[in-house]
Amino acid sequence: MARAAIPGGLTVRRSWRQAQILERRPETASASTLAFEVTGWPGHLAGQHVDVRLTAPDGYQAARSYSLAAPADGDRIAITVQRVPDGEVSSYLADEARDGDTVEVRGPVGGWFVWKPEDSGPVLLVAGGSGVVPLMAMIRSRDGVSPTPFRLLYSVRTPQDRIYDHELRRRGTEDGGLEVTFLYTRTAPAGETRSVGRITAEDLLRHGWPPEVEPTCYVCGPTPFVETVADLLIDLGHNPTRIRTERFGPTGP
Amino acid sequence: MNEQMAAYDGNTLAGPLSEVFAIEVTTAAGRCRSCGTTSEVATFRVYGPGPGFVGRCPHCEDVLLQLVRTPDALWLDFSGVSALRIPMPTDAAAETGR
Repeated sequence: MARAAIPGGLTVRRSWRQAQILERRPETASASTLAFEVTGWPGHLAGQHVDVRLTAPDGYQAARSYSLAAPADGDRIAITVQRVPDGEVSSYLADEARDGDTVEVRGPVGGWFVWKPEDSGPVLLVAGGSGVVPLMAMIRSRDGVSPTPFRLLYSVRTPQDRIYDHELRRRGTEDGGLEVTFLYTRTAPAGETRSVGRITAEDLLRHGWPPEVEPTCYVCGPTPFVETVADLLIDLGHNPTRIRTERFGPTGP
Repeated sequence: MNEQMAAYDGNTLAGPLSEVFAIEVTTAAGRCRSCGTTSEVATFRVYGPGPGFVGRCPHCEDVLLQLVRTPDALWLDFSGVSALRIPMPTDAAAETGR
């Protein structure tokens, strides 16, 4: 069967379907990964989203868009939710949802901030906070499928804020062609030589790719982080047409 | 210029737009009626989600689209976009589904 560029075919019109929570796993104090079973899930590309809709007993509905965190495993999909203040959907998913609960999902959606295994050429991933989620989906999709070299720069406040901490450190040593660098903005672990602070051009020069190798750059995080990194990459000589961005939320990492 | 930073970008509109468009609109490039530059819908600066989404031009910040979903309708104002260039598969790609 030929793989469709957009899973499910050219038509992207999606309907809401039932999704049962299979498992909820804490990643950090404020982020959890939820796995859902969605009967008939058509598959998806790394970087695509799923919309989650909750319905209150009085009929009130709220929907939010989340990045899929991993390649689909049959009908099983996963998202990672960071609790945000006043987040009516994220609070439920991060704190109240229980195994067996059912929500509605629509997806996969989105086609711009995606990476496909057949895409060749080096990839630079730059994450701020929970912006690592779609980039982790790309790293997981690459494993064993593509030799394309990836470099991830992941900016977090403290070591305790590292989502996918163990898996990222494991993959950083085991996945051939993947380099993982953590950048700490407030507190660094013992032995870290870089002083704490927000991401700089120096970080991108040291741990990213030089513009001459023409990497595709994926930048995801809070809006100020994304704007800063995109500007730094352009200043370093990266072609703006190879910089893909995804913004969420007004706060910095 | 807008003083408050947009919380989101057009990537977050993929779901709501998929309710009414049969193709993936966030990969389409829209020309701003105000400044004339062309940007992928995914790169629009998006404010929302309540009471609806407002998408602004990443260059001049003028309003390109507004989207409000009510229980029985989806209200979509695309009037800030003068033209959309929508990537389409070639015939060969369409035949194989790629």
